[in-house]
Amino acid sequence: MNHSQKITSMHLDVLKEIGNIGAAHAATALSDLLGKKIDMRVPKVEMVTFNDMMELAGGAEKVVVGIFLRIEGDVEGSMFFILPIQQANRFIQHLINDKNFDFSSNPIPELGLSAMQEMGNILSGSYLSALSDFTRLKIYPTVPGLSVDMFGAIISIGLIEISEVSDNVIVINTSIFEEGFDNSKEVRGHFFLLPDPESFESIFKALGVS
Amino acid sequence: MISSSSSQVIKVGIAQMDVVKIPNTIRTSGLGSCVGVVLYDETKKIAGLVHIMLPESSLGRTETINVAKFADSGIQALIAMLKLEGVQPFRLKAKIAGGAQMFKFTSDKDTMRIGPRNVEAVKRELKKNGIPIVAEDTGGNSGRTIEFNPATCMLSIRTVNQGVSEI
Repeated sequence: MNHSQKITSMHLDVLKEIGNIGAAHAATALSDLLGKKIDMRVPKVEMVTFNDMMELAGGAEKVVVGIFLRIEGDVEGSMFFILPIQQANRFIQHLINDKNFDFSSNPIPELGLSAMQEMGNILSGSYLSALSDFTRLKIYPTVPGLSVDMFGAIISIGLIEISEVSDNVIVINTSIFEEGFDNSKEVRGHFFLLPDPESFESIFKALGVS
Repeated sequence: MISSSSSQVIKVGIAQMDVVKIPNTIRTSGLGSCVGVVLYDETKKIAGLVHIMLPESSLGRTETINVAKFADSGIQALIAMLKLEGVQPFRLKAKIAGGAQMFKFTSDKDTMRIGPRNVEAVKRELKKNGIPIVAEDTGGNSGRTIEFNPATCMLSIRTVNQGVSEI
């Protein structure tokens, strides 16, 4: 499918709404889980080159904590939840009540890893069930995988499927931040939803904009 | 890594390629399942690097293909690029790195095994062109940033947990 040419502003609005609804539910789930106020930015839907994709979370070499899952069913694609190490540390330290926990340690303590894995389950689950309710499409997520590594190495797995048909990727990008954390509103984490090229039509059809 | 202050680091992005001469070095960042293939001529001190994403150009379903994206067409194109620099293909040697499996999944999708498939395809293509692999650091489940210095013909590899090593 030549997905670069058929996307209109109405389509972009629909994709933004998906990011909005999904991430709002995930941010609420995260707030509940942590007992902290988590806010989100208005989603961005962008068509970017693979190399520009690397810049959306600090560059290909930036070390991040990444949750990745594939979605299958009526819509297929890849989903990522990406946190900078420092922010992931804060969340997990709070969650397991251990101030010394650090994703930079080698090996990373098992308890923190399971907590992060569980957080990934909860967040992606709430994002995708909101998406499924909104579109009435069947969406089956795989069990999320966890990796602490360079952003480029993590995100590229989501580009493989797309790279067979395009050199650009349409990314639904929602950023979250923790209110009150060192008084800044710097972006603290990202949800990236990368629908497979064939799935855009299903999404648009389900929402009546095909 | 870099001795001369006037030297530059040529950066190669995902699905891109380039060539380098001394005193410069060539680098690509954040290789996961992708493979970085370095072809070099020791005597001429020239090297090329391609950052491939997929094994076969037959997987491409676009009208115009970006040759650097695939192992087969990427290696061919890099050899052609080096020829233009006056390199004779029979002098070329290879060092390769990448092809990791970043996430462990039980999925029937071939996508999840893309790292090993990329490595296999690179080796097949190099063999076909009679280019020996002098060193490799492939597989595993870590991301890699690699930099090749044509002056020493050494490939330095950085991972998050193991730091920097040279092959």
